Amino acid sequence: MPERAQAVARFGAVSVLALAVFAAVLLAAGKNPLQAYADTFRHALASAYGFSELLVRMTPLLLAAVAVALPSRLGLINVGGEGQLYMGAFAAAAAALCLPGAPAWILLPFALLMGFLGGALWAAIPGLLRAAGLVNETVTTLLLNYVAPLIVGYFVFGPWRTAENSAYPQTAPFPQAALLPTFFGTRVHAGLLIALAALAVYWLVMEKTRWGLDMRAIGGNAEAAQRLGIPVRWWIVAALAIGGGFAGLAGMGEAMGIAGRLRQSLSPGYGFTGFLIAWLAGGRPLVILFMAFLFAIITSAGDTLQISQGLPYAVVNILLATILFVVLARRAR
Amino acid sequence: MEASTVCVEMRGVSKRYGAVQANDCIDFRLVAGEVHALLGENGAGKTTLSKILYGFARPDAGEILLDGKPVELRSPRDARAHRIGMVFQSFMLIRALSVLENIELFLADLPAVPRQNEIADRIRAFGERFGLAVDPDAAVAQLPVGDQQKVELLKLLLADARILIFDEPTRVLAPHEVEGLFRVFAALKTEGYAILFITHKLREVLRCADRITVMRKGRITGSLAAREATLERLVAMMFGEAVHAAAGETAAAPRAADSPPIVELRRATSRPSGSEIALKDLDLSVGAGEIVGVAGVSGSGQKELGDLVLGLRPLAAGMKRFRGADASSWSIARLRESGLACIPEEPLAMAAVPGLSVRENLALGTGRRYHKGASLDWPRLEAAMARSFEALAFPLPPLAPPIATLSGGNLQRTVIAREMAHDPKLILALYPTRGLDVRSAASLRELLRRSRAGGSGVLLISEDLEELAEMADRLLVLFQGAVVGEFGRGAWTAEEVGLLMTGAKEPPRA
Repeated sequence: MPERAQAVARFGAVSVLALAVFAAVLLAAGKNPLQAYADTFRHALASAYGFSELLVRMTPLLLAAVAVALPSRLGLINVGGEGQLYMGAFAAAAAALCLPGAPAWILLPFALLMGFLGGALWAAIPGLLRAAGLVNETVTTLLLNYVAPLIVGYFVFGPWRTAENSAYPQTAPFPQAALLPTFFGTRVHAGLLIALAALAVYWLVMEKTRWGLDMRAIGGNAEAAQRLGIPVRWWIVAALAIGGGFAGLAGMGEAMGIAGRLRQSLSPGYGFTGFLIAWLAGGRPLVILFMAFLFAIITSAGDTLQISQGLPYAVVNILLATILFVVLARRAR
Repeated sequence: MEASTVCVEMRGVSKRYGAVQANDCIDFRLVAGEVHALLGENGAGKTTLSKILYGFARPDAGEILLDGKPVELRSPRDARAHRIGMVFQSFMLIRALSVLENIELFLADLPAVPRQNEIADRIRAFGERFGLAVDPDAAVAQLPVGDQQKVELLKLLLADARILIFDEPTRVLAPHEVEGLFRVFAALKTEGYAILFITHKLREVLRCADRITVMRKGRITGSLAAREATLERLVAMMFGEAVHAAAGETAAAPRAADSPPIVELRRATSRPSGSEIALKDLDLSVGAGEIVGVAGVSGSGQKELGDLVLGLRPLAAGMKRFRGADASSWSIARLRESGLACIPEEPLAMAAVPGLSVRENLALGTGRRYHKGASLDWPRLEAAMARSFEALAFPLPPLAPPIATLSGGNLQRTVIAREMAHDPKLILALYPTRGLDVRSAASLRELLRRSRAGGSGVLLISEDLEELAEMADRLLVLFQGAVVGEFGRGAWTAEEVGLLMTGAKEPPRA
């Protein structure tokens, strides 16, 4: 498998280059990069708590990556995972707040459905515009990222704001029945199972069903697909909507599995990181799984550095940006 | 003054692209102070010849002499250095910039700070001299197409070009703009410029050219002074005389025309977008056991007609019936499931997905025939396709690798086998033999004839009059989106059809 070996080698080179650049940044800040990397490793991988936190971070990353990977098989570029995530959380929160007395067996499936629909409808807007031949989906998905948090912001600052402590712009806690079950006393919640299921569904549909064949045909040669009677426009809307639905589930997981309420600071950019993961993985499911794990380590490094080295969390953005830069440089060639 | 100097001479120039001999041992002379028309059908080799002269393509053999000295034109930059310029069909202008800026960009020796006024004055001066008046400060995007063409030409003139190549310049122009262009030609030639005018429109050639050279299938079939040229002579040179012999040859008996046609267009009208041709009140029918040919020079509406039949574009007015039912608003998928098959000119671009496996490509466009739950009944599909390959006497390719790994011939055979697998009632053949070698083309024609014998209808869109003479039971001639002639088998001559195709002759009846 020389091709696979090549890919692994290339990935290794990208990682080393990114880590080296980041080490230079740490040095410039007067920190010891080796110590920082060792801390991160010890904290994230060598402790049970640290590892559970990795799984917590992986959950939205996986879903956000599938949200990008699925439309990308049709040649669509969905940069709107972040906005779709927010709208999923928003819709799920609406479900929880509107049915306060409902039992869990009604509320959870309903919230799940709403979370999916919230992201799906949000992503269907760029889909419809693209299918009508009006605007490229890259532009619209990106711009809608800035709109979705404002909608959430309006509600958490306004009508849904909690009365208990008006210092924080957030909703009241969701009813107990609306919280996702967690495992082993950690913050790992049922969203992880949903994310793994989403990844499996993505693979099954793409590789094993006739719908996947239609979508891959569009991605491979849209003109031929259309001439052969595949409803290209319909699939453009559907693929973006389904992708957006997965991102919406990520938002639902964050709201109902982690925060237990709706906040404006719902996501530290999971949607964008998911894009990075999907493109690095080239849409391959197992590679997505691996990359999501890796990016969970990187983002958790931010916490570690904050605590042990006194650096702001945002420094990991430098590392992420470095990786993005190297990845894009490779694609441009 | 230097009216009879030969400024370009091409000797024995040949160029081959794959299986196609685009230029075959061309001898050609261009004289200063002359408008020299290069006439021929699409695919005759005109564009290749002009590309060689402009340094875009390197000839495989032969030499080019400029003012008697052999030169090697490795790139358009070389050609420009030898004062050769070309006006392309699609303009090379930056729309957001002004006329002046566009022209400046083209000038080779532009100083770091151009003297804007000086250049603007030169633009105005050239404009007056040759009837090319354009406001130097106007934004190109605001100019009508005719003025954009003037800017293209001004670019060349300011850059000192003496040999001007025009690649189908009238294609984008309105009739009054065409007249204007010919006046420009006249002004240019009196000042000693050499003009090479590439076209397939006969009437225009007779109006403006001093000398006419005709190409056909990569060769020059004749060159004559304008005063010796007549429409009939030019058509004979353009389309050949072989048509007569072939015309009566294959008289496979078409079925009785009692049964309803397989496809029928009634007053079909399409709405054009961009540079497309609008189809106007087009009537067409293809019966069972009949091959209907469609002739026309490129861009007469053939693409639009094919798209309309296929269901790729909606009818703006009129109706389409397929096997007796009103199919005006049917989707492509529905038409294909009802028995429409399509053999396109470029299978890899129009009918296959390069990255998918051969097996997956065979499944595309089969509609609901092999649906099985969420997946497809692959064994049944493979069996059906294997039968189709066998019936066509095609070798079965390996099914697992991507289809792009197949050779061109096998790829086309795979697409044909898929299209023929479900006993199509109508075969839409779009330039099906374009780019094929002689033997593959012959076997494809045989295939279409066999389908006709089996009761299928065939709509054959082609630019090759010999092919149409051999194949078509009925021939329709398209010109500017309308049917301008309809003939039975053997009831037409190349001259007659050629005149209709090039708009040189009004249709017999409106």
